[in-house]
Amino acid sequence: MNSHRLRTGGRIDRAHPLTFTFDGTVHTGYQGDTLASALLANGVRTFTTSLTHGRPRGIYAAGVDEPNALVGLHPDPHAPDAAARPAEPMTQATVTELYDGLRATSLRGKGRLEAGRPGDHGRHDAMHAHCDVLVVGAGPAGLTAARTAASTGARVVLLDEQPEMGGSLLGTREHIADRPALEWVRHALAELAGRAETTLLTRTTAVGCYDHNYVVAAERRLPAAGGGGRLWQIRARRIVFATGAHERPLLFADNDRPGVMLAGAARTYANRYGTLPGRRAVVAANNDSAYAAALELADAGLEIARIVDARDHVPPYWAARCADRHIDVSAGHVVVGSRGGDGTVTAALLAAREGDGTASSAADCDLLLVSGGWNPAVQLHTQSGGRTRYDERLCCHVPHEPDPRRRVAGAARGLARLGDCLADGAAAGADAASDLGLSAGQTPQPPGAWEPAPLPPLWPLPACPAAGDPAAQYVDMQRDATLADIERAVGGGMRSVEHVKRYTTIGTAHDQGRTSGVTAAAATAGVLGVPVAELGTTTNRPPYTPVPFALLAGRARGRLHDPVRTTPLHAWHLARGAVFENVGQWKRPRYYPRPGEDMATAVDRECRAAREGVAAMDVSTLGKIDIQGPDAAEFLNRVYTGGFAKLRVGSCRYGVMCTADGMVFDDGVTMRLAEDRFQMSTTTGNAAAVLDWLEEWLQTEWPQLRVFCTSVTEQWAGVAVVGPRARAVLARLAPQLPLENGDFPFMAWRDAEVAGLPARVARISFSGELAFEVYVSGWDGAALWEAVLETGAVEGITPYGTETMHVLRAEKGYVIVGQDTDGSVTPQDLGMDWAVSTRKDFIGRRSHRRPDTSRPDRKHLVGLLPWDTGELLPEGSHLVCAGSGEPEARTPVPSLGHVTSSYRSAALGRTFALALVRGGRDRIGGTVHVALGDRTVAAQVTEPVFYDREGSRRDG
Amino acid sequence: MQLIPCPWCGDRDEVEFHYGGQAHLVHPADPDALSDEEWAGYLFLRDNPAGWFAERWSHAAGCRRWFNVLRHTVTHEVYGAYLPGEPVPVIAS
Amino acid sequence: MALAEPPGHPASLWRNPEPRRTYDVVIVGAGGHGLATAYYLAKNHGIEDVAVIERGWLAGGNMARNTAIIRSNYLWDESAALYEHAMKLWEGLSEELDYDVLFSQRGVLNLAHSLQDVRDGVRRVEANRLQGVDAEWLTPEQVKEFCPVVNVSPKARYPVLGATLQRRAGIARHDHVAWAYARAADALGVDLIQNCEVTGITVRGDRVTGVETDRGPVTAGRVALAVAGHSTLLAEMAGLRLPVQSHPLQALVSELLEPVLPCVVMSNAVHVYVSQAHKGELVLGAGVDQYNSYGRRGGFHVIQQQMAAALELFPAFARARVLRTWGGVVDVSPDASPIVGRTPVDGLYLNCGWGTGGFKATPGAGWVYAHTIAHDRPHPLNEPYSLERFTTGALIDEHGAAAVAH
Repeated sequence: MNSHRLRTGGRIDRAHPLTFTFDGTVHTGYQGDTLASALLANGVRTFTTSLTHGRPRGIYAAGVDEPNALVGLHPDPHAPDAAARPAEPMTQATVTELYDGLRATSLRGKGRLEAGRPGDHGRHDAMHAHCDVLVVGAGPAGLTAARTAASTGARVVLLDEQPEMGGSLLGTREHIADRPALEWVRHALAELAGRAETTLLTRTTAVGCYDHNYVVAAERRLPAAGGGGRLWQIRARRIVFATGAHERPLLFADNDRPGVMLAGAARTYANRYGTLPGRRAVVAANNDSAYAAALELADAGLEIARIVDARDHVPPYWAARCADRHIDVSAGHVVVGSRGGDGTVTAALLAAREGDGTASSAADCDLLLVSGGWNPAVQLHTQSGGRTRYDERLCCHVPHEPDPRRRVAGAARGLARLGDCLADGAAAGADAASDLGLSAGQTPQPPGAWEPAPLPPLWPLPACPAAGDPAAQYVDMQRDATLADIERAVGGGMRSVEHVKRYTTIGTAHDQGRTSGVTAAAATAGVLGVPVAELGTTTNRPPYTPVPFALLAGRARGRLHDPVRTTPLHAWHLARGAVFENVGQWKRPRYYPRPGEDMATAVDRECRAAREGVAAMDVSTLGKIDIQGPDAAEFLNRVYTGGFAKLRVGSCRYGVMCTADGMVFDDGVTMRLAEDRFQMSTTTGNAAAVLDWLEEWLQTEWPQLRVFCTSVTEQWAGVAVVGPRARAVLARLAPQLPLENGDFPFMAWRDAEVAGLPARVARISFSGELAFEVYVSGWDGAALWEAVLETGAVEGITPYGTETMHVLRAEKGYVIVGQDTDGSVTPQDLGMDWAVSTRKDFIGRRSHRRPDTSRPDRKHLVGLLPWDTGELLPEGSHLVCAGSGEPEARTPVPSLGHVTSSYRSAALGRTFALALVRGGRDRIGGTVHVALGDRTVAAQVTEPVFYDREGSRRDG
Repeated sequence: MQLIPCPWCGDRDEVEFHYGGQAHLVHPADPDALSDEEWAGYLFLRDNPAGWFAERWSHAAGCRRWFNVLRHTVTHEVYGAYLPGEPVPVIAS
Repeated sequence: MALAEPPGHPASLWRNPEPRRTYDVVIVGAGGHGLATAYYLAKNHGIEDVAVIERGWLAGGNMARNTAIIRSNYLWDESAALYEHAMKLWEGLSEELDYDVLFSQRGVLNLAHSLQDVRDGVRRVEANRLQGVDAEWLTPEQVKEFCPVVNVSPKARYPVLGATLQRRAGIARHDHVAWAYARAADALGVDLIQNCEVTGITVRGDRVTGVETDRGPVTAGRVALAVAGHSTLLAEMAGLRLPVQSHPLQALVSELLEPVLPCVVMSNAVHVYVSQAHKGELVLGAGVDQYNSYGRRGGFHVIQQQMAAALELFPAFARARVLRTWGGVVDVSPDASPIVGRTPVDGLYLNCGWGTGGFKATPGAGWVYAHTIAHDRPHPLNEPYSLERFTTGALIDEHGAAAVAH
């Protein structure tokens, strides 16, 4: 147990052991471990098998750059709420904080979603923040940036992906001002925490930087804290990216064996987690950082068998320290291959860098630490439009001419020395604050010009062709893509890194090329024989690290996915067992089944009530717009196809409005409340769009019109009282209101007291029957409704829903915009020339004169009466010419049009339909055939009015 | 999520706004005087530059007012907002 | 449902020639449509003196960014005919081009969430059947059977009330498609010129005479634009204004997952379209951003809305992770239908306005565009898709029934 754990040191809590299961084996780790560090401490070397080549793979890195160690996490099956807990389909062991009872299985590159599991209904919150300076990354540069900016009084947000702040300092034994660096970190954090205007966020990864300094960051909560997370959306006036750097791997044959690891990762495991990932290491490098790693590891007890430095000259500083510890250094040498036993590395094969690549010696080891230099984490910088340039000395892409609104500091811009990063961060923080007019007092000095010794690039160039078999040199371990794949892509004609990426799939896996990107670009350049700088690099895209769908969706799920709108009468509908229909965001009763009734029976009953007695409907959802101003009548004249200028106060009129393209957009009845005031009604689903439409024309085209529009949809509740007995019911509800036709004609409105409530009553009919629509304040809606039903009980008043409304209106040939129209239908197509003025202009009028729009054989709205009076034509079915026979036998069959509305009619004692039919009005009296799968049904074409053509019933 | 400067409410997140496309279109005074081609031009032809673009926005979830914005369609840089009827600002180079 | 690793690519794809000074036909834009057009010009019409000129890398625009859904179940007869022609070509494409384009006819579901969705769905199914396009209407139970991971609970905010199914529809691998056409065109002698930006279109009188590029002028008797997203900019070089606007369109993929989604699922009301690619990642398309842009990036809130919608339909996806998001620039026409045909400039041809639907049309679009270029008159299938329709009013409005016209 914990065979590779050091007895002391690190940031784990040895007093707090944790038990976990990996691939069925129970292990122990400590509070503060990651799953990866705990597994290494337990001596687990082979972690998984690769996706396509089936090669054994081990833990390679210590953070988000890990390519191999992917795991699925599973809830404890014995936990009481196990079934409700989500499984984590795929995450990296290197970023998985260990907890007691954690259950993980290794993955071969693919996660698993369990279709039967309820998914994650944990709490995922959206957080919105604004700040002066956002600092991404709390390593040395980020901490100094935040400190300096905060000291100016700037509002600062500092965030970091790790559970604790400190960045790289957590994994090293660096000193600042001769004291352990972590003491300095503690001090800096205490200072920041004491500032009221500073926000510190850990376990929070900035995953995207969008337009206008909008940074999205994912904060995760541990399962013990309930899981879930918070999605921060931060608008920052200035940003400092102090995102650090990722160590670059090396290419050599069999560079993917378990036991091959980034040198910096091993250093982190030792220093931060008290774990040595092996016993005897060979270190292969081209830069100084690997020496620091090797020495700290040696001091922690790891045997360093040899340091293989590609450079010809070892810096004296490091040479002396290696000598002190009796560590052999092979300068001018490289690793060209590895040997393995049991799948894991047993030896490194060495060769002179300038040689032909043939291994000259082997060094036994169980750990092969590699360092090819460091790649600045420029992802957020480039996402936000920042450019990079290739730095020949550092062999990587560094930020180039960053926008001052988004600075880059520290290792993220290629700095390597701790002192430089500290100074650079401080300068960036001060400059960011200074942009905003805030002064840091004494301005920190940016680090002096740094001229790092050039690194020998360690990728295959034509001059150094043979670091072993290209097919065994893994560029992207997760995708199992090798140098040979790159060679093949280039051989196939690929010249762009994007093409090579797609051909080889390098950089498309979980780590998005963090380890492979620069290497792949450089290798491609090498194979092509062009400078790396000329070739460029692939584009970084958000998110920086993978983000759960659930976190992005946040609370906008289930009931909160889209707001539900209900009328003041909703409780009554619910209590009476109404079946609802979604109309836009509204819930509308579709019908009110009595016990034992299906929809057809209920609708038949409701229709009969409206036609023969009296029925009532909740019409509160209709859009209502209050239109006021001296030019209101002129405005409506321009918006509606019909004239409204001469509409008298106290009257109302039906209107159709068209798009500029001349197509029907909405319809409804508008009341003239006063010379300068109208109330427009719109369809339920279109209310917001119509208001937008009116305001757009008013404000942008006709600002000279003195008109104002206000939505009053929810201020009013409405009840339609419909049927031959409607007047009788209303008379008792509103005894003061004269209701006879002479006093209160069709298409008039009156203010009155109804059921003791102040009300507005309109004689409007969407059924052809005598009908009154009674509107009261939304607060009074329920009272009105109950009064109507109670008062009408004598007449057997029957509540009805949208389905009955549809039947009643279709019997009269009244269209529903969106059902009988589809955005390609003019008022004339609907036979509504009567609603289109020829004496004034209106929106869309000119379009009606276009050649196609004025064709006489366009699709027209007509009625259909199936020959078989019991045949209900499915809405959406199509009409074909007579004699088409089995339509599907001889396709394509031209469609003459389609059925838009189709019902069984209690009043007609038969089925009927509305249809849009090519040249339909010329077919009236003729027969068309409706294609129904393998048969056709004949129907007579009629005028689109089936009931009470004379219109005699509306007056009661 | 762009930051749109409403002249009345100040800078607000883009989700509060409706986009209205090209600004400074003139509704024909006499549509009947236009040929079909000219009418089609009014209905459907809009500028679509890759660069600075004078465009309409309305603060739909705010003051509900329409205004114009000069915005760059490649960088999404916003030069500024101005009122309907005002001329397009001249960008200082 | 085995999602095998995609097969490798051929060892040889295309030459990388230097542009010559003159060609019979210059196609601007080496996306899917440009490459397919070049191939069919050579294959169907014997016109091999063709250059495809590409500003960036081949098929690096919208072809590299789309969600690769293929279907032909469009509402209007004109659309169904064009897309069905493409579908038939898709069905033989791997063989035709001797390159596995990973066309997988796994079926596309279009879900209905309202009674009007149901009417529209039935209308489309019936229209498709008359057109000879396979189409079925499924009940919610049948939806569940066909795609068990879809949430058909009546308790959902917008419950699934049914769906249309086109079984022959599915997905293909976009890179494979582009590279297959490119390789085949290259083999027939077409020059594919990358990293060469067209900076002008030369017109003498009413006739096109060639293009200016950043690598020098190229003369050509015929110039054909296939530059989705940038069509108005190129057309402007020849003095043409187009009824097209450029908007961002975003998409995203998850990490690689074991098979979980057997078909393509699309929904208008709960705005989602999703499939599981051959490698295993879930591929989701988002909505079009509202503003004009050439920035190849969209707003983050669009992605958030997309994820919320996805989880309404697929609660089991909650812990899947977004691995990568990206944006393209789409041409949006007033009726959400393409413009393919001649222009007022002789010898200059136009193929644009496909909005979000261009990928699925690739073979069909290439076929009819090549015909149009070869004969200087439209193929019957693209005759309705002229520029003139915006003057006559004969729009082909796919907005109504296909707000998600992908």
